[in-house]
Amino acid sequence: MIRDQKALDQLLDTLARFVGERLIPLEAQVAHDEAVPDAIVDEMRGLGLFGLSIPEAYGGLELTMEEECLAVLVLGRTSAAFRGVFGTNVGIGSQGLLVDGTEEQKRRYLPKLATGEIIGSFALTEPDAGSDAGSLKTTAKRDGNGYVINGTKRFITNAPRADLFTLFARTNPCEPGAKGVSAFLVAAPTPGLRLGPIDRKMGQAGTVTSDVILEDCRVPADALLGGKEGLGFKTAMKVLDRGRLHIAAACTGTAERLIADALSYATTRQQFGKPIAEHQLVQAMLADCRTEAFAARCMVLETARAKDEGKDVATDASCCKYFASEMVGRVADRALQIHGGNGYMAAYAVERFYRDVRLYRIYEGTSQIQQLVIARNMIRGIAP
Amino acid sequence: MKVLVAVKRVIDYNVKVRVKADGSGVDLANVKMSMNPFDEIAVEQAIRLKEAGVATEIVAVSLGIEQCQETLRTALAMGADRAIHVHHDGELEPLVVAKLLKAIIATEQPGLVIVGKQAIDDDCNQTGQMLAGLLGWPQGTFVSRLKLENGKALATREVDGGLENVELTLPAILTVDLRLNEPRYASLPNIMKARKKPIEKRTPAELGVDPTPRLKTLKVSEPPKRLAGVKVDSVAALVTKLKQEAGVI
Repeated sequence: MIRDQKALDQLLDTLARFVGERLIPLEAQVAHDEAVPDAIVDEMRGLGLFGLSIPEAYGGLELTMEEECLAVLVLGRTSAAFRGVFGTNVGIGSQGLLVDGTEEQKRRYLPKLATGEIIGSFALTEPDAGSDAGSLKTTAKRDGNGYVINGTKRFITNAPRADLFTLFARTNPCEPGAKGVSAFLVAAPTPGLRLGPIDRKMGQAGTVTSDVILEDCRVPADALLGGKEGLGFKTAMKVLDRGRLHIAAACTGTAERLIADALSYATTRQQFGKPIAEHQLVQAMLADCRTEAFAARCMVLETARAKDEGKDVATDASCCKYFASEMVGRVADRALQIHGGNGYMAAYAVERFYRDVRLYRIYEGTSQIQQLVIARNMIRGIAP
Repeated sequence: MKVLVAVKRVIDYNVKVRVKADGSGVDLANVKMSMNPFDEIAVEQAIRLKEAGVATEIVAVSLGIEQCQETLRTALAMGADRAIHVHHDGELEPLVVAKLLKAIIATEQPGLVIVGKQAIDDDCNQTGQMLAGLLGWPQGTFVSRLKLENGKALATREVDGGLENVELTLPAILTVDLRLNEPRYASLPNIMKARKKPIEKRTPAELGVDPTPRLKTLKVSEPPKRLAGVKVDSVAALVTKLKQEAGVI
């Protein structure tokens, strides 16, 4: 749903300028330094990027899902490292609080998340609990007027920057499955919470992830998200559901960037006396890229509109995440192929994107988990 | 002090301009339009004056077709307080623009008027100067540095020979150059809020100005394509070519 087309056009135009003029020129530097410059983070705060999805009542922009996806399509045209800075505040770092937090918890944290004064992070994954998120081992034991948390969280995006973790732990040791899990709002720094070294990754240099280690970390009772135990897994699933469309939009934006790069290269690079874009096998690759990216764009926006209308889009959102993440992998592969030997060289952005986009098929639900979600929902749909 | 800025809607600076097939003008169909970059610098300067406590109100003015309101929305999102749109569907020449601005200035009574040194579409570089002439106000053109104190504007002008410092008594007209500042991006919340700021609509007739152009465009054509160069094997051959063929030495 688009509430005011002209305002949105202006907003997207501003984002496109920011991406083109400020972020794209810094991509190589960010990849080299493995850090986004503080000045750029300040500019992101000034622009209001941290509050894209947070309700206006708490100081955000309250974009509809369709508006958010259109914005992310633009932001996807540059390195994921930039989106990573504010991405957790827009998505997994704020949505748990938003969907299941108490009014007091929302008022305490959402305004600061919206301005980027604090960074939110989502701590679900553990060394032994990835796709099987319900099996997590971190425990939170009731102790006087609070809880004591013990365990290790793994690959936690923005943990080194985070001021607030939405952290999942088992409050009921007698319930080994998802029902024993609760969500906590854990402020950082806090005694008993420490970080592992920053993870070294295949790509997405500049996005920071690390382990979060909890050793007798004491939190007050009002840190329990929503004030009720046992609802943590449901919260996590609701958050990831919304995130699927966001990631699908990011994948599609990146595919569109890669197509632009490949097209520009193919129309200027000469072989056999003419631009390689005039060779039919290169044309086939360009056409396949364009077709698939267009399909993903249509899927994402159609599903976003349905979500804004209040329809249940769980299955379709999984379809979007599954298709768009696999699609951008194929597009990156072809874009690199079009670049030939140059595409294998770090001097060309496509080499970096090729590694960056690999993650999309894994995080926030692997392709295989998406397949299971889609098929199980299909089968459940015809059950008597 | 009230500051008035004039902003023009032009083809976006990133767009490759194409001439219409019949040579009657530049093709504007489905072309991205934006605020003239020099006018963005003017708006930014006005906002900085307001942030410094020197300006109290910023009024943005744009003249032309209905869509000029989008350009005004950009100025409002950047930080202008209110806007005036002078609606006219036909061509507007710099002298007409200057006369219309003069009429608006007569009612608005700003202490300072800031405009871009030129628009990137026709590159006329005339409006500011004509406006100063019509008003009989001091003017500082091609301003790259600015300081306001004691009712005076101290402006550094970028001229062919270097930099020139001038002192102007306010009210005055300033036309601003590239190096004066780096315009901010309108923040996303301010873009949303700007939709609610007022835009006053006026027409040339109300302002008592005849907008009829005095000039007629006969033909618009693309510059000739650059020809391929040649390699010379010695300095002597280069000098000979520069003398005899290029005629530059």
